Amino acid sequence: MRPVSLAEIESLAIGAWILGTGGGGSPYLALLNMRRLYRAGTVVQLMDPMDLADDALVAIVSNMGAPLVGQERLTDPRTIERAVRMMEEYLGRRFTAVMSLEIGGGNSIQPFMAAALLGLPVVDGDCMGRAFPEAQMTSFAIHDLPMYPLTLADVRDNAVIVARAESWKWMERLSRTACVAVGSIAATCKAPRTGKEVKECGILSTTTKAMRLGQAVQAARRAHRDPVQAVIDIERGLRLFTGKVQDVARRATEGFLRGTATLEGLDADRGHAFRLAFQNEFAVGWLDGQVRVTTPDLICVLDTVSGDAVGTETLRYGQRVTVAALPAAPILLTPKGLEHVGPRAFGYDLDFTSVFR
Amino acid sequence: MKRVGIDVGGTNTDAVLLDGERVVAAVKTPTTADVTSGITRALADLLAAAPAAARVDAVMIGTTHFTNAVVQRRGLTRIAAVRIGLPASASLPPFVDWPDDLAELVRGEVVMLEGGHEYDGRPIVPFDAAGMRAAARRFREAGVTSVAVASVFSPLDPSCEEQAAAILAEECPDTAVTLSHRLGRIGLLERENVTLLNACLLDLARKTARAFIDALRASGIVAPLYLTQNDGTVMLAEVAEQYPVYSFASGPTNSMRGAAFLSRLADALVVDVGGTTTDVGALRHGFPREANNVVEVGGVRTLFRMPDLLSLGLGGGSLVTLDPLSIGPLSVGYRLTTESRVFGGTTLTATDVGVAAGLLDLGDRHRVADLPGPLVRRAVQRIGAIVEEAVDRVKTEAGDVPLVVVGGGAFLVPERLAGVSSVVGVEHQAVANAVGAAIAQVSGEVDQIFQALPREEAIARASRIAADRAVTAGAARDTLRTVEVEDLPLAYLPGNSLRVRVRVVGEIAAGGP
Repeated sequence: MRPVSLAEIESLAIGAWILGTGGGGSPYLALLNMRRLYRAGTVVQLMDPMDLADDALVAIVSNMGAPLVGQERLTDPRTIERAVRMMEEYLGRRFTAVMSLEIGGGNSIQPFMAAALLGLPVVDGDCMGRAFPEAQMTSFAIHDLPMYPLTLADVRDNAVIVARAESWKWMERLSRTACVAVGSIAATCKAPRTGKEVKECGILSTTTKAMRLGQAVQAARRAHRDPVQAVIDIERGLRLFTGKVQDVARRATEGFLRGTATLEGLDADRGHAFRLAFQNEFAVGWLDGQVRVTTPDLICVLDTVSGDAVGTETLRYGQRVTVAALPAAPILLTPKGLEHVGPRAFGYDLDFTSVFR
Repeated sequence: MKRVGIDVGGTNTDAVLLDGERVVAAVKTPTTADVTSGITRALADLLAAAPAAARVDAVMIGTTHFTNAVVQRRGLTRIAAVRIGLPASASLPPFVDWPDDLAELVRGEVVMLEGGHEYDGRPIVPFDAAGMRAAARRFREAGVTSVAVASVFSPLDPSCEEQAAAILAEECPDTAVTLSHRLGRIGLLERENVTLLNACLLDLARKTARAFIDALRASGIVAPLYLTQNDGTVMLAEVAEQYPVYSFASGPTNSMRGAAFLSRLADALVVDVGGTTTDVGALRHGFPREANNVVEVGGVRTLFRMPDLLSLGLGGGSLVTLDPLSIGPLSVGYRLTTESRVFGGTTLTATDVGVAAGLLDLGDRHRVADLPGPLVRRAVQRIGAIVEEAVDRVKTEAGDVPLVVVGGGAFLVPERLAGVSSVVGVEHQAVANAVGAAIAQVSGEVDQIFQALPREEAIARASRIAADRAVTAGAARDTLRTVEVEDLPLAYLPGNSLRVRVRVVGEIAAGGP
């Protein structure tokens, strides 16, 4: 266990936005909350998951809802604290630590906000290793762990407990309905995990990974080196394409932001075209009409100059971006993993072949 | 229709008289510290050059005065802030992401009240009118002169902000009130930041606008006065003084609009080469393409409608060394006419290189005759390459596009550039920004979420709202045209939610609004 500095959380925000692969929502507002908490004297402790006792109880937290609503109803640490307290009351047990549901995007910082008020440490890890849109797209779901109970807190005096669910898909449906009812934004505490479950089924050390990724970008910027190359070097990723956004088409279907973006090549890629399909996160990329990369490989679209991640909601005509692939957590690449998060889970009739094979 | 356009820049105040599509007269005078006397002088010079300027239909002024006030932290008023939305958004109060020095300068009482709306228009909780009234009474006691009010999701439902304004009008009628839904889009913190900035600039804006009106009256010109906005449109000075934040980026916008007008091109790239910097932007439908990302003003995050510009440290006054070759970003600025070699000074500038290379005839070219020809040619090539790279970065179309060149340093732009179909030089290029002010139009905009409507119907509805807003702002309805339609389906929101943004513009209605 060690204290986390505010500078590390600033780096986490940069790295987590990159691991969001276009989704997960910008971590900016969560970061603002942490700046205020640290200014008031808070220091959050980070815990190595291997230090968890087998019977320790870990709260898996996330903010749920539409990123756009989150731009008006701003994330508040007291709401995520209430979701965790509610779960403790329901279980009649105290948590040992909190952990992120998804390290990609704003949910990377939610456990820090909760931990600051609860006085608990944050476990270094998550259960996606990136961002995904739905409840069943986690390593815990892939490992068939129970999906209930779930607590959901609103800023008003509304609280929902989903006591049981038939399946992960049902849990997604029930919790999503409650979330929409309270204004399409809510803080949730997912099914609690034992220390043993986290150690065996979690995706470990992703918090520090995101911090290192952010630090690499910051160091490259300070040294006037290429931040995109820094991302690729530290993650052993691949530069797939550098170009300019030529067209973006978005449409809402079944509660997702779906769409495609076409990039026109620049520099070494001049004369080539790259097409991206997204479903909140980037899901498939085609180079000159041939499939080049698919989920669960991380498809990251970065600002070519600053190295900042570009979200599927902020992608726009004329931006100069680089598409990079970063390796996914091994659990996502297993046959069972691909059932949950492979191209077919997003409606693309494609076989998965990792760009890293 | 005759119009006078004035651009108050950092170095020069330019004025032009336009008769229909024709530039009748153009003058340049130095900008003064008080701004107003420079305008008085420019108007006097313009009237001397063209007596017809006394009888014009409208006068348009573009100024960067208010941006400079924020950047330089001067002339700002201490304000009160009201946020309506509790219990939501409680942990991030107004001013939360402001630079400390600016916040300490302007932050008065901060009040957070229950109220606000959901994305679908439901109230979050009922509005705390009693709390608003109590706060208003405290403001009156404390002598607060300006209040900023921001409510959660007010762009969708402004009723909480309007109720707050009504209560403030009853309890402290002399206090100026800025409401966030009039200024910004979805994104509470950024919209609130703009509202706070506006509130702390109101006093300065009122004084400045009135001084402009007085200067105009003193000049003998009888015409309505308009101030130009970030998006290339205008507001009557009496209205614009309530929205100083809308003029933050009017300078570069005016020069790009002027370039469009003078070149008769609606879709083109524009390069504006000044004394110190070069701005490259793109024109679409005669208006600058706007930046989509967060824009900081004086360190404050905003979502302003700003032209999407690439700025380079290259201009006519840029310092140059030939061996080893270096160009800018430092510049002699307004001291060009005393410090550069061709004007008898000792500093080698880009202008001197241009004269040595025979690109322009200015000052005394014998003073640069000693410069070695090959080194001069290399410097000219490097300058051309810098412009070429910038143009390529701004370009979004695949094919070659025309490039319009304006500004006093236009001679630095080569006649042929990769990816450019033609380099277009225009008459009056040195006063393109004042021309841009003179031709400004009136706009109306809407940015709203529509539910359970087919896409076409949602866009049609948005277009009608935008058109009504433009007419209210002074546009002639029969000249309106849509310049921007953007729709964004909203992830996770049920019922086919679509965020639609539409902007229309039109000519100023004869006889004013």
